[in-house]
Amino acid sequence: MDAYRALLGKDLRVELRTLRSLPAMALFAVTIFVVFRFGLDRTGLEGELAAGVLVVTLLFASILAINRLFVAERDEGGFELVRLAPVDRTVLFAAKASALLAYLVVLELVAVPVFALFFLDSAAALPPLVPVLLLADIGLALIGTLISTIATMSTARDLLAPLILLPLMVPLVIAAAGAAEPVLRAGGPEYERFGTWLAVLGLYDGVFALVGYAVFDYLLED
Amino acid sequence: MGRDYGDRAALGEVELELAPGQTLAVLGPNGSGKTTLLRLLAGLLRPSRGSAVVLGCALPGETWRLRGRVGYLAHAPLLYRDLSARENLLLAARLHGIGADSASGRVERLLESVAISDRGDDRVGELSAGMAQRVAACRAVLHDPELLLLDEPDAHLDAEARSLVGALLGRENGRTRVIVSHDRDRVLADADLALEL
Repeated sequence: MDAYRALLGKDLRVELRTLRSLPAMALFAVTIFVVFRFGLDRTGLEGELAAGVLVVTLLFASILAINRLFVAERDEGGFELVRLAPVDRTVLFAAKASALLAYLVVLELVAVPVFALFFLDSAAALPPLVPVLLLADIGLALIGTLISTIATMSTARDLLAPLILLPLMVPLVIAAAGAAEPVLRAGGPEYERFGTWLAVLGLYDGVFALVGYAVFDYLLED
Repeated sequence: MGRDYGDRAALGEVELELAPGQTLAVLGPNGSGKTTLLRLLAGLLRPSRGSAVVLGCALPGETWRLRGRVGYLAHAPLLYRDLSARENLLLAARLHGIGADSASGRVERLLESVAISDRGDDRVGELSAGMAQRVAACRAVLHDPELLLLDEPDAHLDAEARSLVGALLGRENGRTRVIVSHDRDRVLADADLALEL
């Protein structure tokens, strides 16, 4: 547990010092909202369209962090450090996924209020969005960490990460948008099949937590 | 054992035996496989053929048993550039299970031993290559390893630093060492055995 805390603390400290990922993610998300607002020529969004714009924008913004997640480990010896230490290598997976989850939560603290300001009539939809986004973030962090590990080992890192990541994210996007759609309806939040979609998100998270635990050790092999 | 990268043999078959406490000098031209040999012995690479027993652990099958027992100083310092020297060492100490109280004292002693305690809070990215190499040397011995694998330990060091780092990475505690170097005279004077690749 101490190794996990040490690695997570290192990542958060470095991000606070350098701000390499978070400002870019937030700026990207806000820019996309501006593009949608003027591109669609709509001052309000609801239902499916609102859910789709929100979830897909957050997904694309997350790729900026996913691409950078293991750069220091590859270039500055972090992989060797963990591989030589007497720790279970999956602590690196857990620490990286937790760091990515923290970035996504911070991103949403900025991006979701901007989304609401641009497209929603009231803030009533925001509280029920919290569990949806949290479960989606966990899935995104788990699969993003796995794919980032694979991509980091490749020279085509910037291409490979989105190329593998996006198809794997389709079930998560469908479930997150499915859960968000009724709460973003024009008349105010509704909860039709809300629990079902949350369960799908939870299942997706559980599956990729297990996959990550099972394969991460092998991904670190040469 | 040997190691290939694709069709190219990075390291042809090497046979060697090293007794505990001995120092092996590994010599050879660029590209002869010196670094590959060190990485194989550290368990960082899997051999393409053959096997080895390192500290009683059969490689590649028992690589996990080697963890925490080997100190590896790579040709590049391999330190987090956005962490300070002190933070890099404390992170390594935590990963090696050294308690916080013991770790900070040990880190301070190591930084003092290579005369950079006054720069310990500077980010590694702001240090010169020689200073970063001193920090990397501290990290290699931080957990008191039984086997030291040193890849050009004198790289980037001036005469004074070479002496300090040389003392730090010396034979104390009966350490077994494998040293890769291009400085033939210097490394042979410090070695019991030599391997020419």
